[in-house]
Amino acid sequence: MTGEAMERSATDTDLHYRRTPPVFWWTRKPSYFVFVMRELSSLFIAWLVLYLLLFVRAVGRGETAYADFLDWAASPWLVVLNVVAFAFVVLHTVTWFSLTPQAMVLQVGGRRVPPRAIIGAQYAALAVVSAFVLWLVTR
Amino acid sequence: MKFRVEPFLWLAFSGGGVMAAIFLPVLAFLFALAFPLGWLDPPDHAHLAAVVGHPITFLVLFGAFVMMLVHAAHRFRFTLYDGLQVKHRFLVAAVCYGGAFLGTFVALHMLGSAT
Repeated sequence: MTGEAMERSATDTDLHYRRTPPVFWWTRKPSYFVFVMRELSSLFIAWLVLYLLLFVRAVGRGETAYADFLDWAASPWLVVLNVVAFAFVVLHTVTWFSLTPQAMVLQVGGRRVPPRAIIGAQYAALAVVSAFVLWLVTR
Repeated sequence: MKFRVEPFLWLAFSGGGVMAAIFLPVLAFLFALAFPLGWLDPPDHAHLAAVVGHPITFLVLFGAFVMMLVHAAHRFRFTLYDGLQVKHRFLVAAVCYGGAFLGTFVALHMLGSAT
């Protein structure tokens, strides 16, 4: 402990004194690492929103712009980025679904809906939405 | 009672988290991987232009994208604050929510350009 820190801890007997954890605290345990990866999914969600907006803009600009966009989207660095982004989205979906029953307690007829039912309902919603989007886009 | 903005941010975070969990896997898979890489035949331009040009598509995508951006901003704020120990509370919040706010205008402009 440095002299300054000792002085601070000696004088600050109130609750304001906090020890600062090291910057790389999350590399120490696998569970911490998964937690931080889950939190980092936010960056990839923001990227995919931007990517999808660019896609829509290209479609709006006409057939050539659409074909050019698909070519650009097949370039290697973008494919790598999008594969990583897709993996983070899957991590987000799985962790989000499994946390929902802890964040939201549902009661039906005075009984608690079991967590497994809430998780199952979310996967059912995911399946329905995915099937609808696939149908709408490719029909 | 004092008005606090924090509960509304958590509400938007949750809503955006649900939207991202349900909509993004299929959208990312189709438009970022399957169509560009030719795993599935990309839809014709005319059909896709009709889909993205429809007012309902505009409303659904705009609502979902804005919620996802707020979700991402809120979560990234705590990643910077707790994960990377960036303790400039106001600056971190301004950058994150400011980014989502900017993204809202970009979304309005780009989705609007296709309708």
